[in-house]
Amino acid sequence: MSADSAIAAPPRAASVGFSDVGRAFSIRSRRKPDATRDVLSGVRLEVGAGEIVAIIGASGCGKSTLLRIAGGLDAPTSGAVSIDGNPVRHFDPRTAVGFQEPRLLPWRSIADNVALGVPRGTPRVGARQNVDRLIELVGLTESAGLRPREVSGGMAQRAALARALCRRPGVLLLDEPFGALDALTRLKMQDLLIDIHTAEPTTILLVTHDVDEALQLADRVVLLARSEPEGPASVSQIVTVPGHRPRDRGSAELAELRARLLDGLGVDRHGTAHGVAAVTTIPHYPY
Amino acid sequence: MTYQTTPDQRVQVVASSVGSSFAEARDVAEAVGAPRSTGSARPVGRRRLTDRRWFVIAGGALIPVLILAAWQIVSTTGLVPLSQLPSPAMVWLAAVDLAQRGLLGLYIAISTQRVLIGFAVGGGLGLLVGAVVGLSRLSDILLAPTLGAIRAVPSLAWIPLLILWFKIGEESKVILISIGAFFPVYTIVAASLRHVDRHLIEAGRAFGLSGVRLFATVQLPAVVPSVISGLRLALAQAWLFLVAAELIASSMGLGFLLLDSGQNGRIDRIILAIILLAILGKLTDSIVGLFERWAIRRWA
Repeated sequence: MSADSAIAAPPRAASVGFSDVGRAFSIRSRRKPDATRDVLSGVRLEVGAGEIVAIIGASGCGKSTLLRIAGGLDAPTSGAVSIDGNPVRHFDPRTAVGFQEPRLLPWRSIADNVALGVPRGTPRVGARQNVDRLIELVGLTESAGLRPREVSGGMAQRAALARALCRRPGVLLLDEPFGALDALTRLKMQDLLIDIHTAEPTTILLVTHDVDEALQLADRVVLLARSEPEGPASVSQIVTVPGHRPRDRGSAELAELRARLLDGLGVDRHGTAHGVAAVTTIPHYPY
Repeated sequence: MTYQTTPDQRVQVVASSVGSSFAEARDVAEAVGAPRSTGSARPVGRRRLTDRRWFVIAGGALIPVLILAAWQIVSTTGLVPLSQLPSPAMVWLAAVDLAQRGLLGLYIAISTQRVLIGFAVGGGLGLLVGAVVGLSRLSDILLAPTLGAIRAVPSLAWIPLLILWFKIGEESKVILISIGAFFPVYTIVAASLRHVDRHLIEAGRAFGLSGVRLFATVQLPAVVPSVISGLRLALAQAWLFLVAAELIASSMGLGFLLLDSGQNGRIDRIILAIILLAILGKLTDSIVGLFERWAIRRWA
C-alpha cells in the first residue's frame, strides 16, 4: 500500500457548491412545441470537503437529476454547480459516479472493470496496485477474475464502488447505489461504505429513498420536496445527524429524526398518528 | 405472537447482526458456485441423450442418409426414369469423370475463391459503413435512406449493368457477391450499435472515455456477437449471389457447371453441382458458426 505514496495517497476531498440550481425538461408535444416542466428550482447547498451528505426525496422529485448535474452528466438550465470553487465540467474528472445498477462491462473480469476507473495517464504499475488495493477494500480479492454475471448483485455493486474509488475522486456521487439490493445485503453495504470513507475520506453525495440509510451514513440529510403539487422541487429541510458513524440503528434519537424526515416526505407514522400503540406481529411458522 | 415495541427492537438488532454474516456467507457461496454453473459441466445427474456428442452428429446425419436411401430405391426400381433422376452411383461417376478431367477441383476452387473475396470485401465495407451509420446520427440521416433503397434492388438486376461496365471477368462476379455480403453486415452492425446499452455508454463516458477509446472499450465489444451473426448471414448471401453471377456469365465455376449441364441435358452433373453447393455452403457456415460460439462465450 505504501509502495507508491503518490498513487496510494488518499484522494483530496473537494467541496461542492450548488447555487440556485434549476433544471427544466422539455415535454414537447404537437400542440405545445416548447412546453417545459420544471423539476428543480433554486437549489442552494454547500457541501464541505470530506462530508457525507444524503439527498432524500419522494420518487421523481429530481434527486438523481441533481446528482447527475453535480457529476457533469447533465447540465442545469439555471444556476451553477462548482467543485472547490471551479465550475463543474462535462463528465467532470474530479467526480466519480456509482449508479443504481452496477453497469459493469459483461465481457471484462471484475478486476478489469475496476481498472476502468483508473484515470488516464496513471503509471501502469501504480494503477495495478491501486486496483488490487481497492478490490481488497471491498472484499472481492477472491472473485477478481470472475465475470460480472458470475457474481451476486451485492458483489457487482461493490465492484462498481471500487471502480468509482479508482478514479480517486474529490467527490463521490452515489445514486441509490444499494437500492436494487436485498435488505440484508444493503445493511452490509452501508457498513462497507462507512469503512471506505474512513480509509479514503472523500466527499460523498448520496441519493437514496431510504430514510434509515440516510440517517445511518450521512453527516447531514437534505430533504428535497415540492412546495406545490406539480411545481419544481427544492431543498425543504437540512437535518444534521448527531453521533459518529457507525451509529446504533435502533437509537431513539435517530427514530425521532426518522419520524421528522418521513413527515417531510409526506408519510405519516401510522401508530402515533392514529393514537394506537406501536405493535409488531410476528407470524407463526408455517407462514 | 405479539410483541410490544421495546422487546421487538432488541430482536431487530440481533436479527440485523445475524443477517449481515448470513449475507456474507451467501455471497461467498454464490462466488464459489458460479464458475461451476458457467462451465460446460451440468448439474449432477445423468446426461440427457440430446446432450451427447455422438447423438447430435448421428441425428444430424439421419435425414441426409434417408434421402440418399430413398433416392437409390426410387432410381433402381424404375419408379422415376433414369433420364429424369439419375442414380446416386451415376452422380458419383459424373464427379469422378469431372475430377479426372481436372475440372471438378478447378470449379470448386474458383467458386470458393469468388465467394471468399466477395465476402471479405462486402463484409469489410459493411462493417465500416455500418459502424459509421450506427454511431453518427448525421451519417444515419444522410446515408441510411439511400442504402435502404439500394438494398431493395433484386440481385439479378445488377448483372446486366455489371457486365457492361466490367465485362465478363472476375470483377463483375466479385462485385455482385460483395453487394450480397455487404447488406446483412451493414444492417446488423448499424442496428446493434444504435442499441448498445445507453447505461453502459454513459458509465464509460463518466469514467473519462470518449471517441475512439469509448468505441473500442464499450461499443465494439458489446456488438461483437451480433456482428458475427451478421457475417454468418453475409456468407450465406455470398453463396446465393455467386450462383446468380455464374449462371449469367462465366466460363467456369459451379454456377457455370449448372448452366452448361442444363443446356446439355446432363442431369447427373446438375445434381452434383447442387450437392456440392450444399456441402460447401454448410462447411463455410459451420466454420463461422464455431467462431460465433467462441465469440459469444468471450464477449457476451
